[in-house]
Amino acid sequence: MTGVKVEITVNGRTTTDEVEPRLLLAHYLRENLGLKATNIGCDTTSCGACTVLLDGESVKSCTVLAVQADQLAVTTMEGLAGESGDSLDHPVTAAFRAEHGLQCGFCTPGMVMAVTGLIAENPDLDERAVREGLEGNLCRCTGYHNIVRAALVAAGKDPDAEQEIEALSDDARTAPGFSVGSGA
Amino acid sequence: MIPVGFEYARPDSVDGALALLAEHGDEATIMAGGHSLLPVMKLRLAAPELIVDIGRLRELNYIRVDGDEVAIGAATRHHDVEVSDVLATEVPLLPAVARTVGDPQVRHRGTIGGSLAHGDPASDLPAAVLALDATIVLRSPRGERKVPATEFWTAVFTTAKEPDELIVEIRVPRTGNAGWAYEKFTRRANDWAIVAVAVVDGRVGLVNMGSTPLRASATEAALAEGRSIADAAALAAEGTEPPTDTAGTPDYRRNLARVLTRRALETAAGR
Repeated sequence: MTGVKVEITVNGRTTTDEVEPRLLLAHYLRENLGLKATNIGCDTTSCGACTVLLDGESVKSCTVLAVQADQLAVTTMEGLAGESGDSLDHPVTAAFRAEHGLQCGFCTPGMVMAVTGLIAENPDLDERAVREGLEGNLCRCTGYHNIVRAALVAAGKDPDAEQEIEALSDDARTAPGFSVGSGA
Repeated sequence: MIPVGFEYARPDSVDGALALLAEHGDEATIMAGGHSLLPVMKLRLAAPELIVDIGRLRELNYIRVDGDEVAIGAATRHHDVEVSDVLATEVPLLPAVARTVGDPQVRHRGTIGGSLAHGDPASDLPAAVLALDATIVLRSPRGERKVPATEFWTAVFTTAKEPDELIVEIRVPRTGNAGWAYEKFTRRANDWAIVAVAVVDGRVGLVNMGSTPLRASATEAALAEGRSIADAAALAAEGTEPPTDTAGTPDYRRNLARVLTRRALETAAGR
């Protein structure tokens, strides 16, 4: 196999390396660059734990070759830190903290990057759009409720109001006697 | 999981890609988004010696009206099909089907040409393209030829495309206001269809009801004779040999095909 030179801008910094064509972007980030926020969960394009932004769009880095990212820009969760150096200053990570949008935390970097990409594509999110937009990210703790709330907060929405609208929007989706939460 | 090693080329034109295919024959494999190819390579079900990456060729990335058809470049991503204003107006079935493929991350990478070339009978887009009576444009150093979607899939994961040919374009007739619907049945989010049915203008495409995407010919004939939706939908599984897997038996899939066809025809009639 012939090594291939790649130049990938990762979190604003130009990185270069000579890689085997079969090297996955997830491995390039973790092993070559030491950026370990990006987790590999299922390794089969299902769970979304490895989600990063490629030129601003969410992708699963276990199913992208490093050579496919050549000359492009990658953002990982480390890249959300900004000038303060504290990634919790970013609106999406701050919302995950405020709403406790995680349990064990393994899926969190992928969730955060998927939400960041989702808001960039559609700043006017409602609950349905968040749930459909996170279809490619699994939380095996099943902590979805607070993750969805965190996404709504990150998009500048009132999560209680949005969830009430969604609960009332479709009788078929509301169990008999279901409390919609107002005044609870 | 790590694929078997391979050489990688990213030509800067379709001609460059065709030259590599001509030189390397069936040892070379085309990759656009890689979302069908890389998973099977990681499972080592495929081990090409050369990957020819066409994912960034701008000349294969477009959606435009061309006469009575919409021409779609083969490397156009599902996401771009999903949000296309041209398709929303001219072929509304196609964005609706593209929206059900995988998840947002997959749709940011996967392409329409890749999905058609992969030829998975459980994929969404082949059956939609079949129901749309689309044409697949193949190019090789020998020239260009147009294959009707009805003749493109020849067996499971097998198409009429020769090793030196590249899908360059998908030509889809403009259906405008004709009724359409896509009914996809899954048990989990982010999964392949157990069965799905694409309906447009009285034509019916079936997902996962055999070794290739299929048309429900008996249903279409019944509709053409003016029979009721219920009567026509009851014929949706005629002549099919659906697979058995953990998601269901052939009988279960035949039932799904009839039910989903009825629903899709009813939805299409109301549009």
